[in-house]
Amino acid sequence: MQKRSLCDLAPGERGTVTALTADAGMRRRLLDIGFIPGTPVTCIGRSPFGDPAAYLIRGTVIAIRKKDGRTVRLDREANRP
Amino acid sequence: MTPTKPCRTVALAGNPNVGKSTVFNGLTGLRQHTGNWPGKTVETATGQFQTPGGCYILVDLPGTYSLLAHSAEEEVARDYLCSNAADAVIVVCDATCLERNLNLVLQIIELAPDRPMLVCLNLMDEAARKGIALSPEALSRALGLPVVGLSARRPRELARLTAALDALIAPPAAPTLPRYPDDIEAAIAAEMAAASCPRRQALLTLSHDPAYTDRIAAALIAQAESIAHAACAAPGCGYAPADRRIDRIVTGRFTAYPVMLVLLAGILWLTVQGANYPSAWLSSLFGVLEELLSRGLSAIGAPAWLRSLLGEGILRTLGQVVSVMLPPMAIFFPLFTLLEDAGFLPRIAYNLDRPFCACRACGKQALTMCMGFGCNAVGVSGCRIIDSPRERLLAQLTNSLVPCNGRFPTLIALITLFLVGGGGRWDGLAAALWLTAFILLGILATFGMTRLLSASLLRGMPSAFTLELPPYRPPKLGQVLVRSVLDRTLFVLGRAAAVAAPAGLLIWLLANCSFGGTSLLGHLAAFLDPAARLIGLDGVILLGFILGTPANEIVLPIIVMTYAAEGQMDGALSLDALRPLLTAHGWDAGRALCVMLFSLFHWPCATTLLTVRRETGSWRQTALAAALPTALGVAVCAAVNLLFHLMV
Repeated sequence: MQKRSLCDLAPGERGTVTALTADAGMRRRLLDIGFIPGTPVTCIGRSPFGDPAAYLIRGTVIAIRKKDGRTVRLDREANRP
Repeated sequence: MTPTKPCRTVALAGNPNVGKSTVFNGLTGLRQHTGNWPGKTVETATGQFQTPGGCYILVDLPGTYSLLAHSAEEEVARDYLCSNAADAVIVVCDATCLERNLNLVLQIIELAPDRPMLVCLNLMDEAARKGIALSPEALSRALGLPVVGLSARRPRELARLTAALDALIAPPAAPTLPRYPDDIEAAIAAEMAAASCPRRQALLTLSHDPAYTDRIAAALIAQAESIAHAACAAPGCGYAPADRRIDRIVTGRFTAYPVMLVLLAGILWLTVQGANYPSAWLSSLFGVLEELLSRGLSAIGAPAWLRSLLGEGILRTLGQVVSVMLPPMAIFFPLFTLLEDAGFLPRIAYNLDRPFCACRACGKQALTMCMGFGCNAVGVSGCRIIDSPRERLLAQLTNSLVPCNGRFPTLIALITLFLVGGGGRWDGLAAALWLTAFILLGILATFGMTRLLSASLLRGMPSAFTLELPPYRPPKLGQVLVRSVLDRTLFVLGRAAAVAAPAGLLIWLLANCSFGGTSLLGHLAAFLDPAARLIGLDGVILLGFILGTPANEIVLPIIVMTYAAEGQMDGALSLDALRPLLTAHGWDAGRALCVMLFSLFHWPCATTLLTVRRETGSWRQTALAAALPTALGVAVCAAVNLLFHLMV
């Protein structure tokens, strides 16, 4: 199983959250949005400059910067059994 | 007649972007007022409404995803819900993403399980369109709370909410209390015993303990998930294909910036074109009023100086401010509110986050900058949406670098007089393009100044950033009109008029008190003249900017009045009459350009400065907010002036 982070998802790709490595403040915010292990996330597009990108999680579209997206570890859907 | 009972207080809670304010406005109508939470810079709105069952005071809590984090909004919401101030709570949920909303519902149940509580499942129509099949009854069973499913955009459906509220007297019989894994429950019990505090306090303490943070959040969300599954027959898709198509254009790599630019130019064009006729009409109306006032006063034998003071001093200044300001505001604010309601503004923040991030700031500054186009004071208080204190301050200090509605009329008038050829059919478009260019210059200056501050006084790196991109929603025209006219247009106009009348009096006094054969106004202008010439202005213009500090709208009227007091002006003020008057005082394209640039970059108006003071709590920052744009303006105008002198 290949370990990746949120910002490695290309638009249209799906993945499942496995862990968070963010520090307390950002971690709390990500948890409140619903980034908990087992949650599916889809990247739905990037902003004109490529950063931030928009992700569909639990029915909501949230924009997250690359820097913060790196702290969300996930499995890519294609690599799941 | 039933005896009047005291009103019950009901708190309205919910996630951001779930239509909470639609519910609030729908229930309270116009019987509401906004203010600040005591000691906090978080907006609060309270309103009253009457139902067959009694009277209610509705308290609109700030929209939050959770009650456990540290932001000012969440603290306000948590403190209010923990206090016993509310007799009941309505939690507004978005039917299109129920699961995430239930997280907050569970947290609120947890805070006070024995308080009457009701869930309002909003946006049922939108959910149906997305193929989400929800059963309010099943949700009610799963939560152990009354649930009302509705679309708050349809006023008739709110009746079911008020009926449910009237029935909501007793605490819920058995609300679904969140349960945690055994070891967390044991830790909660231990903490309750050790600190002898209620469960909710123990939970809050534990949720900030890194050992438990993730697992408490995960347990809550897992329960929200299973409750949502119980209530949801078909999950549908979260991101509608129509939204996807719009986003592909509005946030597309090559289309995003052109689309934003066209949108901006379009709004400005509508504002400029549309404002012409009502402006002329209002101006002649005030002319008639002045005439009537003068006749009425002479009929009762008032002395000439009083007639002049009231008519030419106060009423004329007021008339100029109202006729110049009201039409563009009455067009701009509704258009802006329309974009806001439709969901475009978060996309603008999304598109502009990267450039702002490069300036070490936050993309949400794009939103406060856009609010600044309406009114810089509104923009500065809007900076509360930015979480990081450093980035908030950056946004506050640079807000006045984009022109507000009070400055558009000056810019538009001078563009029409000096930069656009007379009378062609494309003049309106050319004027709008010029105005767009000035605004782009303001935006550029915002970026530059933000970057400069980040490298000097406010050093730091951009903080974390999450931004929700809500679904596009067709805005409700009626509500947009009412809200933008009441909340914004009348507010700003009232402020300007309140300032214009005394300013008119002061200017009249300065113009009419003289010694040595010259008016005080003339003396002051002569004193300022040498300095003003260096930056391409003259003493009268600089004096106009100084006296116009209370409200930028009156800068041009003051200048015109001062010139006119020197014996050039008769009759009503119109653009056609302005050109010869200004050229007679040495105006050319170069000077007009300097005036426009100085109008764009100078100290903010008094209201904006006071807002900066209130928001930052510091006179030092307020002084900085005045000094930065002024320094930029002086530098730019001096350079342009030099350039024109070299060319001629």
